[in-house]
Amino acid sequence: MAGTDEQEAAFYAIVDSDGRIEPRDAMPEAYRKTLIRQMAQHAHSEIIGMQPEGNWISRAPSLRRKAILLAKVQDEAGHGLYLYAAAETLGVSRDHLLELLHTHQQKYSSIFNYPTLTWADVGAIGWLVDGAAITNQVPLTRCSYGPYARAMVRICKEESFHQRQGFEALLTLTRGSARQKAMAQDALDRWWYPSLAMFGPPDRESTHSDQSMRWGIKRFGNDELRQRFVDMTAPQADVLGLTIPDPDLRWNDERGHYDFTQPDFDELFRVISGDGPCNRQRMEHRVAAHTEGAWVREAAAAYAAKRAKRAEAAA
Amino acid sequence: MSAEWPLWEVFVRARRGLSHVHVGSLHAPDAEMALRNARDVYTRRNEGVSIWVVPSERITASSPEEKDAFFDPAADKVYRHPTFYEVPAEVKHL
Ligand SMILES: [Fe+2]
Ligand SMILES: [Fe+2]
Repeated sequence: MAGTDEQEAAFYAIVDSDGRIEPRDAMPEAYRKTLIRQMAQHAHSEIIGMQPEGNWISRAPSLRRKAILLAKVQDEAGHGLYLYAAAETLGVSRDHLLELLHTHQQKYSSIFNYPTLTWADVGAIGWLVDGAAITNQVPLTRCSYGPYARAMVRICKEESFHQRQGFEALLTLTRGSARQKAMAQDALDRWWYPSLAMFGPPDRESTHSDQSMRWGIKRFGNDELRQRFVDMTAPQADVLGLTIPDPDLRWNDERGHYDFTQPDFDELFRVISGDGPCNRQRMEHRVAAHTEGAWVREAAAAYAAKRAKRAEAAA
Repeated sequence: MSAEWPLWEVFVRARRGLSHVHVGSLHAPDAEMALRNARDVYTRRNEGVSIWVVPSERITASSPEEKDAFFDPAADKVYRHPTFYEVPAEVKHL
């Protein structure tokens, strides 16, 4: 939509007064592009994120845990669908977005390129990864783009169970045998820094932050959200009786926050650009699921076409 | 055949006595599958007692560009609101 000055003024009047932009409103082309990219990458993350946990569905330690994990992974599929649908309101098709994912032209969250080696990893993902996701996502419920904000409201409601079930799974382990507790500690050791990296690079290096703030897409800086996450999580680790793998983590009375060690951002960039432990596996699995499912989509479409034709002939 | 399944808009009635409200959209090959998918995508936690699905392409919407011209006629008809009328304070139940 090549906006006239008048349209641009109307757009900023809405954004500046904390209003919502709706699909058919005039909007700057760069705003539309940024949103499509962000919503698509968010949607991709939700569906790729099913894989690390899906790995443990058939090996969950009890029927209760299995039912919970199934429900959680199903929720993540749902989150992907809400977000693809929200992106489609801007005139792109879901097929096209999947194509961009499958051909490495769009990315997904780096965190899902780490492996789930033990059952405790499932707990750590719920507690830390979903916890970090919630911290990032709650401000998005007030995003200036209406369909994105509404999708995020639904998602955030569902995420709170994800985090709690993870915490509970870890708590069960830490109250168990010494080996179970060690397994929980090991999971925390491996997932802590990748979870901190989920908030993205430091604000001073973040390329799109200022513009996204201006547009009301982003409300808080990466550093502020990362701090918020550490402040919430550190006391929870105490309750679990686990040690966060950071010798410099301590409460700073003056700042009213925890001091902590930043994640390795070089690693973050390496993993984002394709060189994490599981990038290839995740993409191969995704593409295979899509390709091998093609006949189902085609059969359903053929059946629908046949029935529509019959109904037409009968009319 | 690689044509994408058509898009459907989903409306959910949360409880008896309430209207159906738009909750989002989804892809499905036909109306029946759209309903089933809508149940799985939008009502996993008892969010609804009834669902409508409507092909997105069948929806006709007013244009945001004509917003002013389209809705202005209602703006100067304050007499459509009860507060427009002056009634003595002692009159009750009116
Ligand atoms: Fe999610
Ligand atoms: Fe989640």
